[in-house]
Amino acid sequence: MKRRDFFRKTIPAALLPSLLNGFSFRAFAGSPLMQALTSATLNDHALVLIQLNGGNDGLNTVIPLDQYSNLSSARSNILIPDTQVLSLNGYANTGFHPAMSGMQQLFNNGLLNIIQSVGYPSPNFSHFRATDIWLTGSDSDQVISSGWSGRYLNYEYPNFPTGYPNPTMPDPLALQIGSSVSLALQGPASSMGMAISDPTSFYNLINGIQDPAPNTNAGKELTYIRQVAQQSTLYSSVILAAANNITQQSAMYPAAGLNSLADQLKIVARLIAGGLKTKIYMVNLGGFDTHSSQVDTTTTSGEHADLLRKLSEAITAFMDDVSFLNIENRVLGMTFSEFGRRIKSNSSDGTDHGAAAPLFVFGKDVQSGILGSNPVIDAVVTSNDNLPMQYDFRSIYASVLQDWFCVPSSDLSNILLQNFQTLPIIQSTACMGVGIHELNQSAGINLINNYPNPFTSSTYINFTTNGGHTLVQVFDSEGKMIKTLADGEYIAGTYKVWFENENYNSGVYYARLQNGSVQQVRNMMIVK
Amino acid sequence: MNRREIFSGLQSMNNKKQDFDSVARTNSGLTPYNGNWTIAEVRQLLKRTMFGSTKSDLNYFLGLSMSDSVDTILELINHPAYTLPSPPLNNYSNILTDPQCAAGQPWPGTPDTNNGVVFTFGVRRKSLKSWWMSQILNQSRSIREKMVLFWSNHFVVEFDIVQVSTYIYKYNTLLREYALGNFKDFTKQITINSAMLIYLNGDKNTALAPNENYGRELQELFTVGKDSNGNPFYNEEDVKEAARALTGWRNDLVNSSSANGFNSYFQPAKHDVNNKVFSSSYNNAVITGQSGVAGANEVDELMNIIFQRNEVAEFICRKLYRWFVYYVIDASTEINVIKPLANIFRLNNYDIVPVLSALFKSEHFFDVLNRACLIKSPIDFAAALSREYDVVFPDNSDITAQYAAWDKIRSQAAAFQLDLGDPPNVAGWQAYYQDPSYHEMWINSDTLPKRNQFSDRMTNNGYTNLGQTIVIDVVKFTESLSNPSDPIALIYEVLAISYAIDPTPGLQAYLLSILLSGQASNSYWTVAWDAYVSDPLNTTNYNIVKTRLQSFYKYIMDLSEYQLS
Repeated sequence: MKRRDFFRKTIPAALLPSLLNGFSFRAFAGSPLMQALTSATLNDHALVLIQLNGGNDGLNTVIPLDQYSNLSSARSNILIPDTQVLSLNGYANTGFHPAMSGMQQLFNNGLLNIIQSVGYPSPNFSHFRATDIWLTGSDSDQVISSGWSGRYLNYEYPNFPTGYPNPTMPDPLALQIGSSVSLALQGPASSMGMAISDPTSFYNLINGIQDPAPNTNAGKELTYIRQVAQQSTLYSSVILAAANNITQQSAMYPAAGLNSLADQLKIVARLIAGGLKTKIYMVNLGGFDTHSSQVDTTTTSGEHADLLRKLSEAITAFMDDVSFLNIENRVLGMTFSEFGRRIKSNSSDGTDHGAAAPLFVFGKDVQSGILGSNPVIDAVVTSNDNLPMQYDFRSIYASVLQDWFCVPSSDLSNILLQNFQTLPIIQSTACMGVGIHELNQSAGINLINNYPNPFTSSTYINFTTNGGHTLVQVFDSEGKMIKTLADGEYIAGTYKVWFENENYNSGVYYARLQNGSVQQVRNMMIVK
Repeated sequence: MNRREIFSGLQSMNNKKQDFDSVARTNSGLTPYNGNWTIAEVRQLLKRTMFGSTKSDLNYFLGLSMSDSVDTILELINHPAYTLPSPPLNNYSNILTDPQCAAGQPWPGTPDTNNGVVFTFGVRRKSLKSWWMSQILNQSRSIREKMVLFWSNHFVVEFDIVQVSTYIYKYNTLLREYALGNFKDFTKQITINSAMLIYLNGDKNTALAPNENYGRELQELFTVGKDSNGNPFYNEEDVKEAARALTGWRNDLVNSSSANGFNSYFQPAKHDVNNKVFSSSYNNAVITGQSGVAGANEVDELMNIIFQRNEVAEFICRKLYRWFVYYVIDASTEINVIKPLANIFRLNNYDIVPVLSALFKSEHFFDVLNRACLIKSPIDFAAALSREYDVVFPDNSDITAQYAAWDKIRSQAAAFQLDLGDPPNVAGWQAYYQDPSYHEMWINSDTLPKRNQFSDRMTNNGYTNLGQTIVIDVVKFTESLSNPSDPIALIYEVLAISYAIDPTPGLQAYLLSILLSGQASNSYWTVAWDAYVSDPLNTTNYNIVKTRLQSFYKYIMDLSEYQLS
């Protein structure tokens, strides 16, 4: 056998589940935006994805005050008193849960964007399946085994992991902190998910300590292998170096161990400020599956209030830190959860699995404000009713890819597998996103309506497009898409389509128009 | 072959040795073990003596007593009389046309040459290696294949140097035949084996031009060895005399139809007929020089002289101990295990089975302090992974694809630094002799990431070649377990099969979080699994459990614990 030069060989590897300050960690490589980013040094933007596991109750998070009366009949046992709802500058009809004072400040300071009723057609109510849909970016009835980020990485870095790290990209392309393994970071090829190792090795690496091992021969060998794993874990040295570059951070973070999300975000800020070029960080906060005891004896306290307080405090401290560390131009954050919860509360002071929910994007470069309108709550709500979606979650992904990571719009459909319109979420002079003013200009104009309404057998739906790709869909009250009436390129103008009652039940239906960044929803009623 | 550049090997890479003087030691010896016989003990026996502990094997041996289990492993009971596997086939017809052997036919016994020109190059050697890998992957409930690998590390030849395909096949067959046989007879047979004659120049050893290569290694590496200070138990004179006793052995690879075809034979004219006088190391023993065909008997006399030294048995027993138990042999182990084993070896006239039986039935072998401390060799890692996770290999409807799939596993092990049939030198793999690192040499910053990449890929897309894919079917494997809808039971059972060491609570919690995708209630896994079971053709249900199981198994195999057996 030939003698080998072990060290000249590049060690390909990507995922490294490990621990940093107690958090499991996985690095992966090949961010799709990266080529544009690194080669042209267009920017050194990082995206922080906050996954809220369990399905967050959007209606008790972002509260539609103009629907308060109907809301109070739908969920009286968990209703937040309107007097305690935190107000948002410029949006008298919308407010935050009282536990979210920090995020209220961020919103009022123009650092937080709210996107209303984000979802997808025909929502799934299984945690696992719905999570997979969000992480893969699939349609409701489509199974995709790769994550949306992973596809993006594969698209940008088809050679990965061969030859990585390299001088152009010495750092992991994405890092996941937290305990759950994310499908979002899975590339289509196995090589995207390769490598190491030990959940504790990062913790040890940072702290220079050894894991406890039994005082046996087995313990001796285990310790030996862990040492090698630590040393050969790809990127361990650059991550350690980045962490060691930062010795002081914001004092706003809660004490370690009190707020796991804050602890995770603190590491993220430390690594970004420490010099990592890593593009995507994933963190998570679990426990949002509030089927019961969502609230205590007072509706402003309880499990959900505690979770929202943690979320708000963590994001607020993180944003303060980002400013303190002078990396505010590099950081964009986004929350997501696999679904919202049912409009109507249950009798256990909780809520069951629902559909569309608000999503937060935060950072210095967001277009502040609220995208979309308050969801409409009907006077009579059944226990199966769900909020219809206003925005497809993949439009958020597309917007982030295009406007934060500057991916050419022509490449978006390769990554997201379909054409999704981008939305005015991010102010980016570097990438020239769609301006929020465009949407403002169309505010107050009815772009979609129907006649007759209510109707029994059929109705005409009129819609107005500014030209380009235009989509008209009809959803039932549970958010299930039942018809696509228009999906294609249109010349600017007003069009009329026919919608027939094909034995649908009586009740509320929604007609949704999307045209570029513009979208509107029209409530329709079928009566017998 | 030139004298090897022995012991010039790598020290373990970039790792500071920790001071482990304080590691707990055991004084247990060969007293028969009569403690518990649970999955932990069965696993210890199977992971050490076979390539991995599959679920069905664990269940099988749990149904036997400890003693019957060891007897079964040693083929004393529950096995038919051993017969050799059918030989390797021409799997390379897509690469070259073999004028001596048709596609799909066994090539051993047919020449590598056509009209005097070698045409087979490496294809037959590779065919043999792939075939050997298949013997390992398809092993019976026996120690035999692990012993074949052991002997290939003891009586070393390198396929790349021997080259002649039928010779290396017959060499491999000899290891398999004698794997559980008589070591003294084995040593004689290996001495006059064609592959060994080429590898250590025995075929060039003549009365006029004696070649000492084999005479030296026979003593230094194959039988008596050296003392703990590195001083040989023989001297240079004994090397010369042993070489002279073995003059005259030749190979016939020209005439495959003759009685000697592809065999070694004794050529009296090349034999040194003078007396051979050994040193005081061997009590000044003398082999009376013989002429004519009787010269061939001198090899037997040489064996008798060498095997009179007690060190032969001790040398082999230490090597077996390092292979099956642990590489550290302290004073207690030497007194309580090695010396008694060597005694058994000699009392049984060098039959190997009584030694193995005493070792595997002993308190020492099952001592908790000796569990989980063996670092899996590259072959053990690759083969055990394939076997324990029920990887399905292609059937023989396409020989080329079938061999290619076996060879993928073999080549992975080669990338981890153990290339079947091609040890680095005559001393074998460094992990079995290089003090003080020994088995730790298998794990370094090159090989550990490669092991992880292999297991990652096997849990993901696997390897596809010629339209055949080898992959861990994570869903099917999970279905084969006792209670997969209960995530706690699932974790327990998978770790019981996969790990030799008890997992920490933190690790189990982490594995649970993977199955639950971060949700809080175990029922979410149960619901997802039951949904799949109730409608297995539903791709959505299938993918929900598949993606989680892929992450789950990948993680289990990425951990350091998985490297131990």
